[in-house]
Amino acid sequence: MSVAETTGKPAGAAPRRGIDLHVLGPLVALAVLVVIGILLNPNFLSYANITNVLARSAFIGIIAVGMTFVITAGGLDLSVGSMAAFIAGLMILVMNAALPFTGVSVLTILIGVATALVAGLVAGAINGLLVTKAGIEAFIVTLGTMGIYRSLVTWLADGGTLSLDFDLRGLYRPVYYDGILGVAWPIIVFAVVALLAEIAMRHTAFGRHCAAIGSNEQVARYSAVHVDRARTATYVLLGLLVGVATIMYVPRLGSASSSTGVLWELEAIAAVIIGGTMLKGGFGRVWGTVVGVLILSLIGNILNLTDLVSPYLNGAIQGVIIILAVVLQRTKRAAR
Amino acid sequence: MKMKYAFAAAGLALAAAPAMAQETATIGVSIPAATHGWAGGMNFHAQEAVDRLEETYENLDFVLTTASDPSKQVSDIEDMVATRNIDALVVLPFESEPLTGPVARVAENGTWVTVVDRGLAQDGIEDLYVAGDNPGFGRVSGEYFVENMPEGGNIVVLRGIPTTIDNERVEGFQQAIEGAGIEILAMEHGNWNRDDAFTVMQDFLSKYPDIDAVWASDDDMAVGALAAIEQAGRSDEMWVLGGAGMKEMVQRVMEEDEMIPADVTYPPAMIATAIELTALNFVSNAPVSGDFIIGSVLITPENAEDFYYPDSPF
Repeated sequence: MSVAETTGKPAGAAPRRGIDLHVLGPLVALAVLVVIGILLNPNFLSYANITNVLARSAFIGIIAVGMTFVITAGGLDLSVGSMAAFIAGLMILVMNAALPFTGVSVLTILIGVATALVAGLVAGAINGLLVTKAGIEAFIVTLGTMGIYRSLVTWLADGGTLSLDFDLRGLYRPVYYDGILGVAWPIIVFAVVALLAEIAMRHTAFGRHCAAIGSNEQVARYSAVHVDRARTATYVLLGLLVGVATIMYVPRLGSASSSTGVLWELEAIAAVIIGGTMLKGGFGRVWGTVVGVLILSLIGNILNLTDLVSPYLNGAIQGVIIILAVVLQRTKRAAR
Repeated sequence: MKMKYAFAAAGLALAAAPAMAQETATIGVSIPAATHGWAGGMNFHAQEAVDRLEETYENLDFVLTTASDPSKQVSDIEDMVATRNIDALVVLPFESEPLTGPVARVAENGTWVTVVDRGLAQDGIEDLYVAGDNPGFGRVSGEYFVENMPEGGNIVVLRGIPTTIDNERVEGFQQAIEGAGIEILAMEHGNWNRDDAFTVMQDFLSKYPDIDAVWASDDDMAVGALAAIEQAGRSDEMWVLGGAGMKEMVQRVMEEDEMIPADVTYPPAMIATAIELTALNFVSNAPVSGDFIIGSVLITPENAEDFYYPDSPF
């Protein structure tokens, strides 16, 4: 990985010889999980269950797609879970405050949506600028903002739960539960975000710059890449996507509290790494991230659908599968 | 001048409380931060009790600290002892084990110690123990199921964060429904969290075509379970029993919502009971040492109004 990448060819995409486990690893793990699910419970493949799993993957999924860019460019963002909780709380407060003026209308919801997007954008920009302009490590910056957003939502909610006005929730509810042609909105949004991000990662200058910066920042700088600008952009993009995820999250339960989005950041990072993106940066794979998110959701789903293991061990099973999925793809690379 | 002050003080003492100590007593209150709904309510009631008592009794001072983890709570308590020289400590331990040693050291100095809700790992440290009744919480819930499912039926159970509290509740519940023909199809941890409960309930609904009732065992989890049931369009098939006494849930009981026919209390206001009793030790002759167990009560549409606190965040 020491070769400077300025030609736009990601470092991991070496010529393939035979079956490349590095690429297939996550897919194999996903397929195995699906087969296990089918064998263990006949309802696994039911329309309702598949919709449930995909829709609940959407929040982490949308965030993880953004995280793929941040990690590819050699960064990290630990604040996304707290940020989602804070934006959800803010969104609910703004919509409740707008209610007396705009009534139970689509306009009120649009105000909420705009709030979420702007808040996400600003929060992402703060992280990005602190990393690039102030020159503080991403780990420290986002560890700090993680605590800040978590406290802010607790404070906004007065330690309790912020709830969206009941009638307004009725109007907003379909955004999570309904969809087109039987495909729920969160799934559609997740798919669109993933598709656009895949194109951005593979076919745009931005995607190539992210990989170049993550691979070797000095060389990228000498190659006339605007390192700071591109790096800040990855955090802004991630913040924006956290806003999008929140827009899909709030209609689900219509509430936000300090327990919203706990550990989402680690799930998102795990999904990115399972998908084949390198934690130290330099190579990112958006579709892999999508597979990673699905693997994580499926584990929980399958464990709930069966009584094979004690529920106390759910975390352990998840841990084993995360490590296995990564081992599957790394053995090949180590041999190279 | 001295005489004048003495008279004034005596006058005040006579006017305020008949059996009052002359010296000012400082009471330290250390509780976990408002990291979830129940704790939020507990913080609210703690603050309210402190404000009320400071107003009522001039010779009582309070120090209130909230901790987000056990080690912060230990530091809080050490600071209280070192800098405020507290005469009494009211503590709701974040976790039993790590707090036992530090609280025991405070007790050794002769400071009055009141432990709330979560007992310490060692017996006999505290002067006063105020707690909810976890096995009773499960029993009252179980009895409600037995009473309302005379022919038996299938239920699913959402459990809290794996802890002694959760185990005691579930054991109490299982004992209460024994032999009543009620079958527990599955139990899974929803971690007292709305989102987790929503996910678990969705999966229960996929797995079991026939569910007659849900013991959500907590009001936050009930909110998540209700959303999942509504999504599956199976609202008319089952009802949900939560627990704790969240105001939104109490309100739905009050309005005779068919899906939320009742609730079971586990009042966060027990912290106020503990603070009040501790204060009594310093301002009256009433003996307050011992155990004070607050029973779990069934909230039904008839009595719901008594349990509804619109100002509380929980």
